[in-house]
Amino acid sequence: MNKENFMKVFPNFSNTSTIFRKELRSYFNSAVAYVVIVVFLAIIGWMYTSSMFLINVASLRLMFEWIPLVFLFVVPAITMRLLAEEKKAGTIELLATKPIHDWEIVIGKFCAAWALIALALLPTLIYYVIIVFLGDIDNGPVVGGYIGLLLMAGVYIAVGLLASSLTENQIVAFIIGLLFMFALFLIDKILIFIPDFMTSVVEYLGIDFHFSNIARGVIDTRDIVYFLSVLGFSLYLSVVSLERRKW
Amino acid sequence: MAIAVRNLTKYYDTEKAVNDISFDVKTGEILGFLGPNGAGKTTTMKIITCYMPPTSGAVEVEGFDIAEHSFEVRKKIGYLPEMNPLYLDMNVLEYLEYSARLHGLKDALLRSRLKEMVDVCGIAAVRHKDIGELSKGFRQRVGLAQAMIHDPEVLILDEPTSGLDPNQIVEIRNLIRQLGRAKTVVLSTHILTEVQATCDRVIIINDGKIAADGTLEQLQQDFRGSEKISLELKIPSGKITNAMTDIYPKFKEMSTVESVEYGGQEGDLHKFSLHTMKGSDIREEIFRRTVSEGWILMEMTRKATSLEEVFHKLTTTE
Repeated sequence: MNKENFMKVFPNFSNTSTIFRKELRSYFNSAVAYVVIVVFLAIIGWMYTSSMFLINVASLRLMFEWIPLVFLFVVPAITMRLLAEEKKAGTIELLATKPIHDWEIVIGKFCAAWALIALALLPTLIYYVIIVFLGDIDNGPVVGGYIGLLLMAGVYIAVGLLASSLTENQIVAFIIGLLFMFALFLIDKILIFIPDFMTSVVEYLGIDFHFSNIARGVIDTRDIVYFLSVLGFSLYLSVVSLERRKW
Repeated sequence: MAIAVRNLTKYYDTEKAVNDISFDVKTGEILGFLGPNGAGKTTTMKIITCYMPPTSGAVEVEGFDIAEHSFEVRKKIGYLPEMNPLYLDMNVLEYLEYSARLHGLKDALLRSRLKEMVDVCGIAAVRHKDIGELSKGFRQRVGLAQAMIHDPEVLILDEPTSGLDPNQIVEIRNLIRQLGRAKTVVLSTHILTEVQATCDRVIIINDGKIAADGTLEQLQQDFRGSEKISLELKIPSGKITNAMTDIYPKFKEMSTVESVEYGGQEGDLHKFSLHTMKGSDIREEIFRRTVSEGWILMEMTRKATSLEEVFHKLTTTE
């Protein structure tokens, strides 16, 4: 099989990667990336280290409890401009008249925001290294915790991107995104008000429920399916929303 | 045929933006799309460039249907949207490379196209600057460079000179003329002189419909040639009951009169303007008619219609 045929069999992600690189670069061109990374580290560092020695247990559990809260405010801030800005500036018209699919635009932008979150998480490994020196650490929950964080960030970014596709105002995109994420985060916190027969359904919808499962170090297909399906569905809706101009 | 538009209609909700228009653009032609704001120029261009589909009708670009072979059409079109949207935080070369890659250009071809566009569009001096720092004239050049980066057969330019100062307008027009030698160009404008300066052919569009279509020479002959005769008649009251029904038909029946406008009444005085075919001098005929009808001719002036007046006439709904 020569190279030409090979490229035809496998989907070609060159457009997606072009958009991905442009978006990631523009995070770093503007101050957004640095602000996100610094804010992230500062908040996590302060919240985590201030209580670590009080508890005196060698684990990253506390950090994994704090980061989802920080996500709630950081993620909508990095997703709000992704599509809203293009619509406001009219550049979406340039993009949408190139020989590329709308889903390539959505996936490229999604991946750029995801990569930024991954980059922001990277320095938190320092805390892991510190703990390894201080005491015996169970590695299962750490690996699970990071996988869970990445999946959770993926879901948040996907709903944030959806919010950004709904409006051309970035502030509105931020608020809608925040609401979506809060809804996913809080829904399993209202279990006590729910009739018994519905609790398991509502619990399944909550993002924190699945995150804490994975963060315990148990990687269950049901949790993975939850993350991937919410993520995929939101991205699908973003593509549909982008295609609204055609209705 | 570079572009063939057939019975194109577009509704926004219930509002009709484009109403059953059809036209062809020949290969190598520079077509001016002239009309007041809101006439349907931009909508038509958005449909041709595959940004949005029409409600009904068909468009073919270089033989490819916009609905069935959208990607082929997009590859053949370079598009400069209205207001020239740009990524202000990117630098010029980054942006051009981004556009080029989305058109599938890479490696040596990408580099040679970048270099050529920078040279042709005269943006070498600013190629490492952020687009946000550039003047409007340079931004417009970047927009044109972006539209042509993949060497498309067809250029669609939506109001390419709007918002520029007079010197920049001349520069951009020259650039378009120069580029237009090798390409099919459709450009929209609401400025008449723009069409005179750059285009081979004009389509005047108003209220979603085509009001006139022809080469510049044809339009100039048709419209320049058209003449306007202003009349002021004194008609004693009692002789007529209604100016419109009594006088209007008498002028309308003259062989070369195309249209008659009633300009109002002051006492016994009635004002009229007659539009006549070019080259026909009917002043004598008018004089005889007024005498035979028993009206008194107070004033008569003849004036050639300017292109501006024609445009105004074609694009205002009475």
